[in-house]
Amino acid sequence: MADATTAAVTGGDATAPGGHRSGTAFWAALASPGSLLLVALFVVPAYAILAVAFGGIDPILRTTVPAWNPLDWDLERFGDVVSRVFGGDLTRVFLRTGIFAGLALVGCFVIGYPVAYYVARKAGRNRGLLLGLLVLPFWISYLMRMLAWVNLLQTDGFINRILGWLHLGSGNRNWLDGDWPTVVFGLVYGYIPFFILPLYAALERLDGRLIEASRDLGASSASTFLRVTLPLSIPGLMAASVIILLPMCGDYYTNTYLTGGSPRTEMVGNQIEFFLRGSSQPQAGASLVIILMAFLTIAMAYYLASVARSQRESAS
Amino acid sequence: MKQRRFGPLAIVTWLYVLWSLVPVLIAVRISFNSGKSRSAFQSTSFRWYWDDPASVWQDDALQTALNNTLKLAGLTMLIATPVGVAMAIGLQRWRGRVSRGANNLMLLPLVTPEIVVGVALFLVFSQIYTSVPRGFTTQLLGHITFTMSYVVIIVRGRLMSIGTHFEEAARDLGATRTQALRMVLLPQLGPAIFASLMVVFATSVDDFVISSFLSTGASTETVPIKIYASARAAATPSVNALATVMLVITLAAVGVAALVMRLLRRAGVGDGSGLSSMTGAEAAGR
Repeated sequence: MADATTAAVTGGDATAPGGHRSGTAFWAALASPGSLLLVALFVVPAYAILAVAFGGIDPILRTTVPAWNPLDWDLERFGDVVSRVFGGDLTRVFLRTGIFAGLALVGCFVIGYPVAYYVARKAGRNRGLLLGLLVLPFWISYLMRMLAWVNLLQTDGFINRILGWLHLGSGNRNWLDGDWPTVVFGLVYGYIPFFILPLYAALERLDGRLIEASRDLGASSASTFLRVTLPLSIPGLMAASVIILLPMCGDYYTNTYLTGGSPRTEMVGNQIEFFLRGSSQPQAGASLVIILMAFLTIAMAYYLASVARSQRESAS
Repeated sequence: MKQRRFGPLAIVTWLYVLWSLVPVLIAVRISFNSGKSRSAFQSTSFRWYWDDPASVWQDDALQTALNNTLKLAGLTMLIATPVGVAMAIGLQRWRGRVSRGANNLMLLPLVTPEIVVGVALFLVFSQIYTSVPRGFTTQLLGHITFTMSYVVIIVRGRLMSIGTHFEEAARDLGATRTQALRMVLLPQLGPAIFASLMVVFATSVDDFVISSFLSTGASTETVPIKIYASARAAATPSVNALATVMLVITLAAVGVAALVMRLLRRAGVGDGSGLSSMTGAEAAGR
């Protein structure tokens, strides 16, 4: 098969004046700078995480000694970190990360689904304008959007003033003092544009005739939504969820920025950042990265399996 | 189905749009405060842009951050885009086991949380590539690696819709492979290339995690790092001014690129698939 293609390409080459020796070599040459870059700056670095996590510690200098040969891997220190995650001091941090990301996902769904649904299916001639407005946050720096909320949530900021006018609460609450609702709110605000857009694309592609058929057959609009639209949008919903869950689980800047680095809202990302940059414990940091990736890979595998299943079901 | 003009869904949607954009407008307005308040409107002035010693124009640290961000984004754009375009063309045309592997590999940076990429690069530059000067160079290499995948995705989408017949026609008429590429394929890729430039620029300018992991101190700080650091320091509206300057530059760059893409499309080159795949690629990221 590969030989046939090569032959066809070289055959074409013979007629071309000044052609290259082989088509494959030409295309491979075009692809090679990018591929080499990816190997050198993505694959090798990923391996470096393993080598450091499973490496040793210099007995005199107490510095990390990466083990580049898998035969030299020493799982002892990695095991220590694992036991800190399962039933040790890091358990809370992992649980908190999961809960924050889960709550933020629910928030994104509750706000984002109606918005994506309306813009994709009901906005009529406003659709172009609304779509532009939905894309706009992509061009605004994430940290500037967080800065905006730091301004609003100051003790003498607009949020407290509005609450004061409405006679809700004391009106001088410090929102940036390490409260978890502020962090979850920040995560929802930060990641929701990335949730809405893929969901919009999925809802827009949805076959409108199925919805009409359901209505024609006498289903109410609520039951049409629950039994036709929502099930059909589940693949898009899953994709949108994965797109925001992966980065949220590694987030450390949103909570730090919105709480001034309060330990009460510390997430896995904070621990990783601390191990690598705050204190010199790259071995522990690399181990945490591996554990985090293991959790995320299990979630991803579940997602891919369910996508495959729903594709099989719709095909049959 | 009957359509109400302002049903609950419409209200929710418009409230969402307001919620997503008004805070940023308020932050921009605060940058024009004449006083030090970061939480209330004061009379309008350009104090935090150039009058004050701590303003964007006069404060050395803010100047450095702005310069670094723009230099980083500009160079990333100029390197990641051509490398990514070449890679997309090469992988699209070259069918084999290696290219399939490279295709899958190219997707990985898009689904890997940034902190993992940051840690990986931090470790590799401190343990293996120790001869690479730490700081700006490593930041640049990091940005190129993680933005290149966007370029490949955008360009590949366009390549699929173009097909190979134009190129084959050129080859039949006697063009060499390079000529066919340069004179037939590349002009058709125009809109996708502009979309890539725009996405790479915006992604690089927005990046915090990788810049921060590879930063070596004050001289390699970028605008997002400066905004982040303002949480701890006693900040003034100059941080808002810095963010606003960056916002204006990004929107201007996006606007220019969108305009060029529109002109190219009017000239009959593209069909906007670059733009649609661009929003998809952006959404797939972060």
